[in-house]
Amino acid sequence: MSDTAIRPAAGPRLPGLSALGPLLALILLVVLGAFLNDNFLSAGNVTNVLARSAFIGMIAVGMTFVITSGGLDLSVGSMAAFIAGVMILAMNALLPAMGVGVPLILAGMVIALAVGLAAGLTNGLLVTRAGIEPFIVTLGTMGIFRSLVTWLADGGTISLDFAVRQLYRPVYYSGLFGVAWPILVFALVAIAGQVAMRHTRFGRYCEAIGSNDKVALYSAVNVERIRLLTYVLLGLLVGLATIMYVPRLGSASGSTGTLWELEAIAAVIIGGTALKGGYGRVWGTVVGVLILSLIDNILNLADLVSPYLNGAIQGVIIVLAVVLQRGKSAA
Amino acid sequence: MTAATAPVLELVGVRKSFGPIEILHGVDFALHAGEVHALIGENGAGKSTIMKILGGFIAPSAGDIRLDGRPASYRSGAEAEAAGVVVIHQEFNLAPDLTVSENIWLGRELGRVFLDHRAMRAGTQALLDELDSAISPEARIRDLPVSDRQMVEIAKALSRKARVLIMDEPSAVLTSREVEVLFRQIERLKAQGVALLYTSHRLEEVTRLADRVTVLRDGAVVRRARRGELTEDGMATAMVGRDLQDIYPARRHHPGEVALEVRGFHVPPLVEDVSFALRRGEVLGISGLVGSGRTELAEGLVGLRPAHGEIRRNGVPVAIGTVREAAAHGMAYLTEDRKERGLLLDKNLRENLTLSTLPRFGTPFLSAAREEAALGKAIADFDIRAPRRDLRVGNLSGGNQQKLLLAKTLLSDPEIVIIDEPTRGIDVGTKSQIYAFIDALAREGRSVIVISSDMPEILGLSDRVLVMRQGRLAGELAGERITETAVVRLVMGTAGDSSGSAAHV
Repeated sequence: MSDTAIRPAAGPRLPGLSALGPLLALILLVVLGAFLNDNFLSAGNVTNVLARSAFIGMIAVGMTFVITSGGLDLSVGSMAAFIAGVMILAMNALLPAMGVGVPLILAGMVIALAVGLAAGLTNGLLVTRAGIEPFIVTLGTMGIFRSLVTWLADGGTISLDFAVRQLYRPVYYSGLFGVAWPILVFALVAIAGQVAMRHTRFGRYCEAIGSNDKVALYSAVNVERIRLLTYVLLGLLVGLATIMYVPRLGSASGSTGTLWELEAIAAVIIGGTALKGGYGRVWGTVVGVLILSLIDNILNLADLVSPYLNGAIQGVIIVLAVVLQRGKSAA
Repeated sequence: MTAATAPVLELVGVRKSFGPIEILHGVDFALHAGEVHALIGENGAGKSTIMKILGGFIAPSAGDIRLDGRPASYRSGAEAEAAGVVVIHQEFNLAPDLTVSENIWLGRELGRVFLDHRAMRAGTQALLDELDSAISPEARIRDLPVSDRQMVEIAKALSRKARVLIMDEPSAVLTSREVEVLFRQIERLKAQGVALLYTSHRLEEVTRLADRVTVLRDGAVVRRARRGELTEDGMATAMVGRDLQDIYPARRHHPGEVALEVRGFHVPPLVEDVSFALRRGEVLGISGLVGSGRTELAEGLVGLRPAHGEIRRNGVPVAIGTVREAAAHGMAYLTEDRKERGLLLDKNLRENLTLSTLPRFGTPFLSAAREEAALGKAIADFDIRAPRRDLRVGNLSGGNQQKLLLAKTLLSDPEIVIIDEPTRGIDVGTKSQIYAFIDALAREGRSVIVISSDMPEILGLSDRVLVMRQGRLAGELAGERITETAVVRLVMGTAGDSSGSAAHV
């Protein structure tokens, strides 16, 4: 046995059943949806589903890197609400000085990204420099961000000035070549994420750190910086998602983005990324996001099951996904 | 050859296949009460499989397991333990967050509704006293060094009142003093009529302990012998299947310029005031007990631990605070703990090989082709044997893991290589290959530091030997003065006191 020579890897290997599982589930859902409702595959419905997936999707792509490197971020939903609140307040405050126009919108976007970056940096520094468990850190900042936005809104709703909202609306409702902007941006983020995970040092280091951070440290990987970067990247992506989200409703409140963190984490796990870290699959996360949105959409379109059971079905899917993952590691 | 006693535990014509590959080809093997039976062979010869079958962890594909002459009925490790067959694994089966005492009583806790902590602690203390060990029953396994964990594992096995005790390389991580304690326990168990299976890559231990020796090669028994019938050379030859010339390379001469100079180096809390120089083309051995600060010194030098003191590279003072800075100054460290600190066991060969030198493989996008080429070269240069390139590294044998780790460390083309325990848990054949690699490094003009607990290795490889004791340099030996006695005296701190006992340090 010891004299077995090494054969070169025989071409790209087909992903195993556990990798294809989420994809099969997605296809099954599409077929089921088309069968149950004629409108399901209409351009309007498809755009609706994809555009609504885009927010969670961008966040989930960032979450994939955090989880892959062995971290977790529970604060993203509250963070999105906080960023939205700050962004709207800032735009309203700048309105007298800048007037209604593209510069004001751009200023709002820069502010959203800056707040996202700062929020991600806060999480990341607390995890890496202070050495506190990610679960605890982000549980704390989840409460802080949520409370801050409620306080900024004085318990009510922060609304964007009507004229600015009219100008900003197309960022959610319009698009390029008939594809809505959120969908385009989400697609770009997903592709960049997939490439970063598979073909750059950053992705490789994330997997190495999640797999065994001591080995990474001994291998001259700057473990703290990579970890910090994953939280900063996620913060930026939450900012980006918020930029696409604000024009949809034009307001933010204490209940904006509720449970987004759980949907994002669920999408990552359904997609085949290991919750304990060490292996990340960005395209899987995209599939996970779509599965969650489609379930919601199908329940709303079809009278089969009450839409109120949406959460229950999503829960079953999440548990099933983890059971399938375990099947893989046992084989 | 008829045995004086009937075997306690016996394998008859055992075969084992994993998928289409048969790795045990009809093995007969018997353990007798009151005897130590050594099972030796190279990595991958089938020792582990035999131990797993004896311990009930896997079932043979064909053949019988007999306990007291009747077919053994156990189907799992737990059932085997209940039948008195206890295995001490190389990979410890200890819960890291529980205390020593909690681990020893795990699954058989004393007390009824509430745990009887006092009785368990006392029982543990008694066991540890018997083992002459200073480990506290209240210590958490996580906080114990590897050698202490081995002692706990042995204490746990003793507490199970084993009739058959299967020991998988118990001495690999022990200091020589601890090995002596282990041997005393083995003698004691033998006298009590326990049947022992012992494996070790250290053949002198086999000669000393074993009443019977069975040599395995490629899944078959190639030699059986009684005490005194087989020399260490004979064992090595039988294991490898060819004559082993001297496994150590010929001496090199003429070391070059001083490449690294260390002055007044401290690695708190253990290492204090260490100074030495390292020349190009030289192998510097560092000996000392486990816990004497050897690894801490090395980790301090390459920025893995906070340290202070002066480091000069080619005469120029340098500051090293991280592994990357050490790499930038041409220094690389190969860890003693290849499974926890050296390699990502879940990842394939390629990802492991290139991890520490990834910036060389493309920015911003990594070139898989270049990585594959580097792997191809490493596999050829270091004779890494793996059935598939995309295999998880955790599935490689220890020897091949070590060769991969060596390839990974040398990929950065370091001028100074610090290798901690280069051959721990590795078979004789691979050992001599690794010694040849180390020799080649020195001949290329690199400087090599070898840290080792293996005395013949230190003696056979080093141009000079530094000995550490309790965090300080106890002495330096060079040339003719490198002898086993001289090293041991420095290790034990009896250099100036020839009558002193080396037993307790």
